[in-house]
Amino acid sequence: MALITYREALNRALREEMRRDDRVFIMGEEVGEYDGAYKVSKGLLDEFGEMRVRDTPIAENGFAGLGVGAAMAGLRPVVEFMTWNFALLAYDAIVNSAAKMRHMSGGQFTVPIVFRGPGGSAMQLAAQHSQVPDPWYANIPGLKVCTPATPADALGLLKSAIRDEDPVVFIEGEMLYNVKGEVPDGEHLVPIGVADIKRVGEDVTIVTHSKMVHVAMQAAEKLAAEHEVEAEVVDLRSLRPLDLDTYVASVMKTNRAVVLEEGWPVAGIGAQIVDDIQREAFDYLDAPVARVSGLDVPMHYARALEKIIVPDAEAVIRAVKHVCYLD
Amino acid sequence: MAKTEDEIMQGDLQGIPREKLMEMLRWMVLSRRFEEKTAEAYQTGKIGGFCHLYIGQEAVAVGAIAALREDDYVFTAYRDHAQALVRGVSPDAVMAELYGRIGGASRGAGGSMHIFDRDVNFMGGHGIVGTHLPLAGGVGYAIKYRGGDQVVLCFFGDSVVNGGPFHEAFNMVAKWELPVVYVVENNSYGMGTDIDRVAAVDDLFTRACAYQGKKAEQVDGMDVLAVYDATTRAVKRARETSRPTFIEARTYRYLGHSMSDPAHGTYRSREEVQAERKNDAINSLAERMEQAGLLTDEEYKAMDAGVIAEVERAAEFAEASPLPGRDEIYAHVYADEFRGGLDRRDAWR
Repeated sequence: MALITYREALNRALREEMRRDDRVFIMGEEVGEYDGAYKVSKGLLDEFGEMRVRDTPIAENGFAGLGVGAAMAGLRPVVEFMTWNFALLAYDAIVNSAAKMRHMSGGQFTVPIVFRGPGGSAMQLAAQHSQVPDPWYANIPGLKVCTPATPADALGLLKSAIRDEDPVVFIEGEMLYNVKGEVPDGEHLVPIGVADIKRVGEDVTIVTHSKMVHVAMQAAEKLAAEHEVEAEVVDLRSLRPLDLDTYVASVMKTNRAVVLEEGWPVAGIGAQIVDDIQREAFDYLDAPVARVSGLDVPMHYARALEKIIVPDAEAVIRAVKHVCYLD
Repeated sequence: MAKTEDEIMQGDLQGIPREKLMEMLRWMVLSRRFEEKTAEAYQTGKIGGFCHLYIGQEAVAVGAIAALREDDYVFTAYRDHAQALVRGVSPDAVMAELYGRIGGASRGAGGSMHIFDRDVNFMGGHGIVGTHLPLAGGVGYAIKYRGGDQVVLCFFGDSVVNGGPFHEAFNMVAKWELPVVYVVENNSYGMGTDIDRVAAVDDLFTRACAYQGKKAEQVDGMDVLAVYDATTRAVKRARETSRPTFIEARTYRYLGHSMSDPAHGTYRSREEVQAERKNDAINSLAERMEQAGLLTDEEYKAMDAGVIAEVERAAEFAEASPLPGRDEIYAHVYADEFRGGLDRRDAWR
């Protein structure tokens, strides 16, 4: 085991897969000479050259579409968006082209491509640079969606995403790049669509993903220390496919659930999870499922308001106490 | 004095041998007859959805695709029947796709706008205006990546030149020197809007001047030989120097934008359409070949009859091809088995 950052884990995944398979290439703004806006692609240009580490113009729909075409012709592109906010300009390439190609060609053309980059709020980046795009992609048949919370999952999921035959939307946490964690030595793959129980507990299930996993863990430790409540934290890791077997089984065990996400409440990923729980575990519930999400507004620049808008451990604790009838 | 058979077989127009001329003439007639049958089937309800016919524009697809090698690639937009046929997708498979049958090129999943055939590198059939231009650039990137010498030919309509994907794609293929030949089929109308009413520049080929290294030229898209000549030069340039070219083919669509709207109406007059029809690309090539002694009226009629029979057989094939079964709904959404099952949330269906 080695202790490395989330950023280093992503870099290792790219490097290992590019060494393993010469069809893999990366493209995006600043990925080459600049070493990546967040340094995820550091050193790759030197090792692999500019055909495989391609700096692009600032033209997201254009280079994302170019990646789709390259994938149709048998390459395995990894397209980096400097942030997922900019990828809104490429939504056409991702949704109309990448996600549909296999289906509408009757199975003839697969699009083995990864679209990756940071999502979510960071520190005072205001409304256009703080969005959580996760449910926008989780809604689309034909895509797979990964949202790793830890360095080990970032490494294992990105390697699986690059090897996958289908288009994968890979949303990293902008605030997670410096987070350190243990990563296994040697080949490490995490299957897409399999959740992970990050903390075992008997009293309540917290279902969450990405940066909010860390918020849930904080809340869980405090709940144990101060309220004698043992929370089970289910890290979805992938939002499509959703591993409903894992969170439904957890709720059947704990009989209570809080669903936590950083993004907006209406039609958020949490809404789907609550639906799955009520449909498959209704008789096991001892309380209505609670949701904690970002507030239903564009992000504020002012730090004091940003801290209110993004869910924190205290909000999760309040929700847990509510479903445990402790408030 | 009548020519001998050898003289006829060895004859040419503008250096293009008779065999190639006959091939192009036949492709244009096939495209025309196929779409006449398509219109008939649409009107009787055998074909549904959006259906955009190419009648009038045949010289562009035929002249351009005739300049390709078998291992080259073709992309086009949603007005894609002719390109598919000329590229070598069988008329049976194209018609069955229009009928929404399992024997269709895309197993009935795509319909008129989304014909694909991997076997002949026919890359579709794309329904969002401009979206496939970067995709064609990506295939060009893959060719260069592997050190190959194939070429990508990408057709699109005139309204594309005003949108972002056009400029984003042109910039990248020019900067990275990718072997892509872009052909705009300028039929003067983006659906019901005259291009002059929405484009700041009339001569669309001049748009490419902004992208260093991208050659551009305008050709008469009603003259199949002119299209063939321009595309042949562009393909040679792409193959030998990996550089892109932009060709503007001035053409004319005889029918409405799709089967849902009339040939003329608020945006163009009946007289205009009738006048343009006199400049028909098929008649024009047939007449030139006849004048050069390369084709007799009897030969033309026999060829036409053969094409009509082929189209009728395609319609019979489509009619007889089974409808896709329920298992097809989930069959091609993902390459592997979707974990947990895509059908996990479809109770009561």
